[in-house]
Amino acid sequence: MAEHRRSPDESTTEPADERGRPGRRRVLGYLLAAPTLAVGVSWIAGSADPRAADAAVPSLPQPEEIFDLGDLQNLAAAPTSGLISVQLATDGTAFFAVPRAEVGQGMTTAIAMIVAEELDLPMDKVTVGLADARPELLMNQLTGGSNSMRSMYVPVRTAAAIARQRLVETAGAQWGVSAGKLTTRGGVVRGPGGRTATYGSLTRAAASSQTITVSAELKPRSQFTVLGRPHNRIDAVDIVTGAKTFAMDLQIPNAKPTMVARPPTINGTVVSVGNLAAVRAMPGITDVVAITHGVAIRGETFGQCIDAIQRVEATWGPGTVDDESDATVLAKLRAAQLPMAVPPLLSNTIDAEFVFAFASNSPLEPDCAIADVRPDSAEIWSCLKVPIVAQEDIAKQLGLPIDAVKVHVTQGGGSFGRHLFHDVAAEAAEISQKMGKPVKLSWSRTDNFRQGRTHPMCTSRVRVNYLAGNVLSYEQRHTSVQTDFGHGLGEMITATAADLPVAGNLSFAETIFELTQSSPYNFGVTTQLLNEIPLKFNTGSMRNIYSPNVVCAEELMVDRLAAKMGQDPVRFRRNFLKDQRLLAALNKAAEVGQWGRTMPKGMAQGVAVHAEYRAAVATLVEIDCRPETVNRPIRDGVSGPRVTKALIVVDPGFCINPRGLEAQMIGGLQDAVALALTSSLHIKNGMPLEGSWDNYFYTRQWNTPPDVQVVIMPNTSEHPGGAGELAVAPAFAAIACAYARATGKMPTYFPINHGTLGFEPLPLEPSTPQSPTDGLDHTF
Amino acid sequence: MPTHTFKLNGKQVSVETEGNVRLLWVLRDLLGVTGPKYGCALEVCKSCTSHINGKAFNPCSVQVKDIEPADEITTIEGLPATVGKDLHPMQQAWLDNDVSQCGYCQPGQIMAAVAKVKQAHAEGHEITDADLDELRNICRCGTYSRIREAIKAGAKEM
Repeated sequence: MAEHRRSPDESTTEPADERGRPGRRRVLGYLLAAPTLAVGVSWIAGSADPRAADAAVPSLPQPEEIFDLGDLQNLAAAPTSGLISVQLATDGTAFFAVPRAEVGQGMTTAIAMIVAEELDLPMDKVTVGLADARPELLMNQLTGGSNSMRSMYVPVRTAAAIARQRLVETAGAQWGVSAGKLTTRGGVVRGPGGRTATYGSLTRAAASSQTITVSAELKPRSQFTVLGRPHNRIDAVDIVTGAKTFAMDLQIPNAKPTMVARPPTINGTVVSVGNLAAVRAMPGITDVVAITHGVAIRGETFGQCIDAIQRVEATWGPGTVDDESDATVLAKLRAAQLPMAVPPLLSNTIDAEFVFAFASNSPLEPDCAIADVRPDSAEIWSCLKVPIVAQEDIAKQLGLPIDAVKVHVTQGGGSFGRHLFHDVAAEAAEISQKMGKPVKLSWSRTDNFRQGRTHPMCTSRVRVNYLAGNVLSYEQRHTSVQTDFGHGLGEMITATAADLPVAGNLSFAETIFELTQSSPYNFGVTTQLLNEIPLKFNTGSMRNIYSPNVVCAEELMVDRLAAKMGQDPVRFRRNFLKDQRLLAALNKAAEVGQWGRTMPKGMAQGVAVHAEYRAAVATLVEIDCRPETVNRPIRDGVSGPRVTKALIVVDPGFCINPRGLEAQMIGGLQDAVALALTSSLHIKNGMPLEGSWDNYFYTRQWNTPPDVQVVIMPNTSEHPGGAGELAVAPAFAAIACAYARATGKMPTYFPINHGTLGFEPLPLEPSTPQSPTDGLDHTF
Repeated sequence: MPTHTFKLNGKQVSVETEGNVRLLWVLRDLLGVTGPKYGCALEVCKSCTSHINGKAFNPCSVQVKDIEPADEITTIEGLPATVGKDLHPMQQAWLDNDVSQCGYCQPGQIMAAVAKVKQAHAEGHEITDADLDELRNICRCGTYSRIREAIKAGAKEM
């Protein structure tokens, strides 16, 4: 699909400037009035107006091919008045407060590399912080859609390049030497005769007394020494020594541990509490108050909060989906499936329906927020991917003006979509206001699974018509419990609706579906449509949103088609792929992964491709479905088929950090193993049965492929694509295809073990179970 | 409230709290030692894994009254001192392999890895894939492949 794309990310040439030089790398920014050198850049400086894209768009491609979710995010950022800035301190270090969340995706490391490259500064002299909520950035403080590097690459380079240029000019003026005779390396300006000046010694003189516009040239790619080379995470030492600080690790005065006793159904409420005084009198407990969705308990330790949860006697009001279970939801989804447009072609039609169970986007770090609400102000600390929306909502909830609410973004212990929402921060604010004291609120593990956001159950129906070696039509009807996009993407769509290449009157969800989904194959008349049912589960985007399900269904159908036409899966894809980048990745995967090698009965290879975020991936896996593997004994866990080998070939456009990119591919693969084989939520009477990691079977060491390889293709673009979510869909699809080939049966319900409940559910009340006491019996 | 005393990262510490409070909260909430992470308090996710007298355990599931004054508790913060260096070889292997993503599970992963390797060595064999499959620590970012490589590399230096 790359050949159809005309977004600014794909542009490689721009008009020459008035001197006839290529204008592409000349960029604009501002010297800011500050005591030391500070350079500000408007968010999408250096990008062309995405709206210019439309003229060159062929009529046939689907919306995602010409304008994807990341382009929407770039477009929404255009009117932003707020600047991002790089600051040079007198100790020679550069500081950049990135308006994004770091949740493990490696964004801060990539940003540090970009600053180091354009400033000619060693990596250890670059500090990257996370910006507080900045309302002036409008919708441009949203971490999601794998958009961070795509949107920040040019602006951050611009700021650093201007800073470098200013330092050179300052040194030149001091020495009476023209700037053209000076060079920079390692944070030092060098001039004729061996003269040197460190950046730190120049930063005061380089500072501007007023804000002025300046331009600079970006470094050509051929001179890169940092970007494109592997670099380890900048916070790696802090992590392995236990020093990295997450929300729960922060020591905010008097913000004592707080937890909530919750009702036994999703979004249930409190009618009355029978023993408030008795719970308040328990050891270590300081405060107990009823809140919207439970009874909040504050104490000296989280353990004593858990003790108190065991004792709460409350009468609970109903939740929002009390009558729903897996079977009722599935029936409603089937009733809402949109009809196919093309009638079946008798014997040359394949119809199939795939079902995907609810899945949890909970990270390992339980949702946590600190809130200190005073009568006229509030301060919040939490991992928030959309801190501006959190700030607005919490201010409204507390009855405070927006600027009276300070929102600090903390490092996140994973996200996978969970931190797009600020549920825990809003609840912490409610509790702090009601108690009149600062609180450190943590949801329990069980809360995270049972009351937290989910990737909703969905079905994908596919009909394919084929004739004489051609595919005439491909229709996919995706039907899902509604996905909540109420975290900012909705506002973005409203603000830019007129500029989006999708038909009007679509819901937010349909718009996002259209901006993220497209078939990479020449399959004739192709339509992929979404319908939703309005059930009030707590939902949200999970890593890669719709793609893992949509692509899994499509790639299974591709294998079916190949079989019907008597073609090998790789050969069939080669024949029908219209995306040259995918084709190249597929060919590389087939070669490196030894496609077609002989496997024992019960084992098989599977292959799948996917392009999104201006990047392309081919995945080749091998799976072992032999009984001795499937039935291998695992204590309190599930075994099942094992992916024994996985190869991911990725074309990222421009690769910023191969090591970080590889990490994201590996992580996406492990998510895919879980989604295909083991992890799901079982809904019964308005509640997920899962309550711990020994119930929700995310990939464990005994499920992980022992042999994992990532191949990064040569750069195909000047610009980085998105990587954080990229691998999930193609890896999920490849595993499903391998399973179908190994067992001879196409799976249609995912994960494949969903039909068997592999654990004894924890009780619904108390909402958080008591901790064990037998830890010393299990030492090793 | 009763007073409890034990050795923490080489120093004798005392803390006043109810005897049933799990050691994880004594470490984190009362003593401010935050390397061991809360992931479930159900002895499942293993993100709080630390050592007691050199063996891996989960402080989320041990009452402080069950810890004896002579017991030596080691958290990730105290691991380097057990080998008299700035970093334990397993921590160095984690850096060399750039294992971490978000990092939330990694202190527990490293503490479990050290114990697992010691266990294998005590049984007279090198760490195997079957040993690695027995590790129960969750990494929701899915860094498992690099964890396996790092443990094998770290084991050679232990």
